[in-house]
Amino acid sequence: MSAATVFGLCAAVAVGLGLYGVITNPQPLRKVLAFNLIGSGVFTFFGVVARRGAAAGFGGDPIPQALVITGIVVAFSATALAIALLLRLFQATGSATLRADASTSAGSHPSKL
Amino acid sequence: MTPDPTAVVESATTGAFLLVLSIVVPLGGALLAFAAGGRYLERVALATLPVGLAIAVAIAFTRPSTGAPLVYLLGGWAPPLGVALRADGLSVVMLVIVAVVICGIGVFACADFRTAAEEVEARAPFAFWILLLAVWGALNTVFLSGDLFTLYVALELLTFAAVPLVCLDGRAETLQAALRYLLFALLGSVLYLVGTTLLYGVYGTLDIVLLSRQVRAEPATFIAAALMTVGLLAKTALFPLHLWLPPAHAGAPAAGSAVLSALVVKGSFFIVIRLWFDVMPAVPGFAATQLLAALGAAAILFGSVVALRQERLKLLIAYSTLAQIGYLFLMFPLAFAPESEELHSGGALSGGLLQAMSHAAAKAAMFMSAGLIYAALGHDRIRGLGGIGRALPMSVLAFALGGVALIGVPPGGAYLAKELLLRSAVETEQWWWVVVIQAGGIFTSAYLVLVLVHALVPADKPVALRAHVPWYQEAAALSLALCSLLLGLVHWEAYLPVPQGTQSSVSALETLTSALWPILAGGVLAILLGRWSDWPPRIPLRGLTEAIIGRVRRNALTLVETLERADLVLRQWSAAGLSLLMLAIVLGAAMLVGR
Repeated sequence: MSAATVFGLCAAVAVGLGLYGVITNPQPLRKVLAFNLIGSGVFTFFGVVARRGAAAGFGGDPIPQALVITGIVVAFSATALAIALLLRLFQATGSATLRADASTSAGSHPSKL
Repeated sequence: MTPDPTAVVESATTGAFLLVLSIVVPLGGALLAFAAGGRYLERVALATLPVGLAIAVAIAFTRPSTGAPLVYLLGGWAPPLGVALRADGLSVVMLVIVAVVICGIGVFACADFRTAAEEVEARAPFAFWILLLAVWGALNTVFLSGDLFTLYVALELLTFAAVPLVCLDGRAETLQAALRYLLFALLGSVLYLVGTTLLYGVYGTLDIVLLSRQVRAEPATFIAAALMTVGLLAKTALFPLHLWLPPAHAGAPAAGSAVLSALVVKGSFFIVIRLWFDVMPAVPGFAATQLLAALGAAAILFGSVVALRQERLKLLIAYSTLAQIGYLFLMFPLAFAPESEELHSGGALSGGLLQAMSHAAAKAAMFMSAGLIYAALGHDRIRGLGGIGRALPMSVLAFALGGVALIGVPPGGAYLAKELLLRSAVETEQWWWVVVIQAGGIFTSAYLVLVLVHALVPADKPVALRAHVPWYQEAAALSLALCSLLLGLVHWEAYLPVPQGTQSSVSALETLTSALWPILAGGVLAILLGRWSDWPPRIPLRGLTEAIIGRVRRNALTLVETLERADLVLRQWSAAGLSLLMLAIVLGAAMLVGR
């Protein structure tokens, strides 16, 4: 088994675990963490794809590496935004859960501002 | 594996710097507004709006008459080494309509998000103006980028700018709605990213033009296409991935709802078009296009029926958006040419895009007038709207015109769209989509009639308005509604692949009568399914007629309750997450098998 295959399998496992967490966990913080796990899996997958350039005598294809860095920045900002929202939610309600919203959302009060 | 790069080098066209300006000006405005702060915020934002609109119009006129796209190569590097910005006809029309709608929303928001001279800056106006410009910049990037990874970045930028618009007022339930939106959108963008990686792994480029020359119908491409499409559907809130849309769009302040509902969902929808029509027209195949439109049909049914049952105006409009998003996806099977087995950029594509444009203008107008009604009454319960037609005639007129434009009454853009879609359905012999297209119009008129009847009924006592509604807010809503209603008169041949002779029917008088029967049918539906405070209605009904109508209504309502319950289940987080995964698998399988 080549190194690329091992890394590819690891990426698949990380994405799978993350997806499971995002879908089943009711707590938003855990969802955010699980999302980061998916992100790590995807970035590893980028690394695996970058190995294709190695055949041409390079250490790796540089473009996926550049894409990964951009992807990490995006995932970082997404996490920061989610955590900020979560903190505001905790300040406003004293708890941070999305559990109740399926029933309350239908009657959520629209407001002007 | 990769073809000779020198063979595919394209050069920048004259006037292409405008493409850069259309991205840099809104984003630069957002940065400047952030730095200036306080009461300069609004001035910076309001100064940016006309400049951005002028740039969009200039791009429309600079575009070569041959129909070739405007191309800008960033840093002078041609793909596959560099990244290109391209403006074809589709991007140009979207750029212009977004600029128009953003300007309308900007004028409208002047009243709600004003920072008075003596005031220190408040959080909501500060966030709103910056986010408005950021959404604009992100959308322009979506329309112009010629590279799948740039599209990913633009998509994320759009989501990050849109999410805080949901919770500008900081109430707990809007925070929850925003968080839900963000988390589900992130799931969607991760799927898109995985698809992009796969495509890069297989073809070694992400440039749309280069990729479209190399792409083959093989399993890796199917997986990538399915993952990317489903990720984008989650962000567009196509049924059954709509759990985040109703609370987010109904809870935001009026100007925010207008941005979210009219514009933000069109961003990811536009990328689906790019992916299916430009990158891989031959990949999806018959079954996948049918599947996509079947989801659209389900969205029309669920969205419209649940909209009819809402007690609040803003939630009704939010569910109407859900139905209209479904309508947008009807074009995919109609654009599928059976003999070449690929998606054909013809009348159906123009129809879908025109529908998206008219929905953008009309839905913004409807959310704005709903916001004005809410501000004036202090509530937006549909059953408590009596007398508002007399108190706020202009707002109600804007709402009505927006709704009429959506139903597809000539000369509206939606009418032309419907006409184009119906023609393609006849040409490709797919009668079942004709039924769905007509049903969409009937459902739209049903909830419009429901609202208008309540708004036009005279109140028992004169309505006491809680707040004064400035004239320019009503004017902004009304002009966007009119804009949507007049879109059918524009000559689209220069920008969109409109077949000859379609547009001549727009101004003919007899088309008007044929467009009126959906409104009548919609009225009947509204009577049967709507929530009425005084059932049986005041219309004098006697004996047998009343018995029959009552019986039909009872039976219809049991069906509707089932749909409402199903909607509630599908809007659970775990159900939506599972449908996301299932949909990716089914879509991939449809591409693999159904060809």
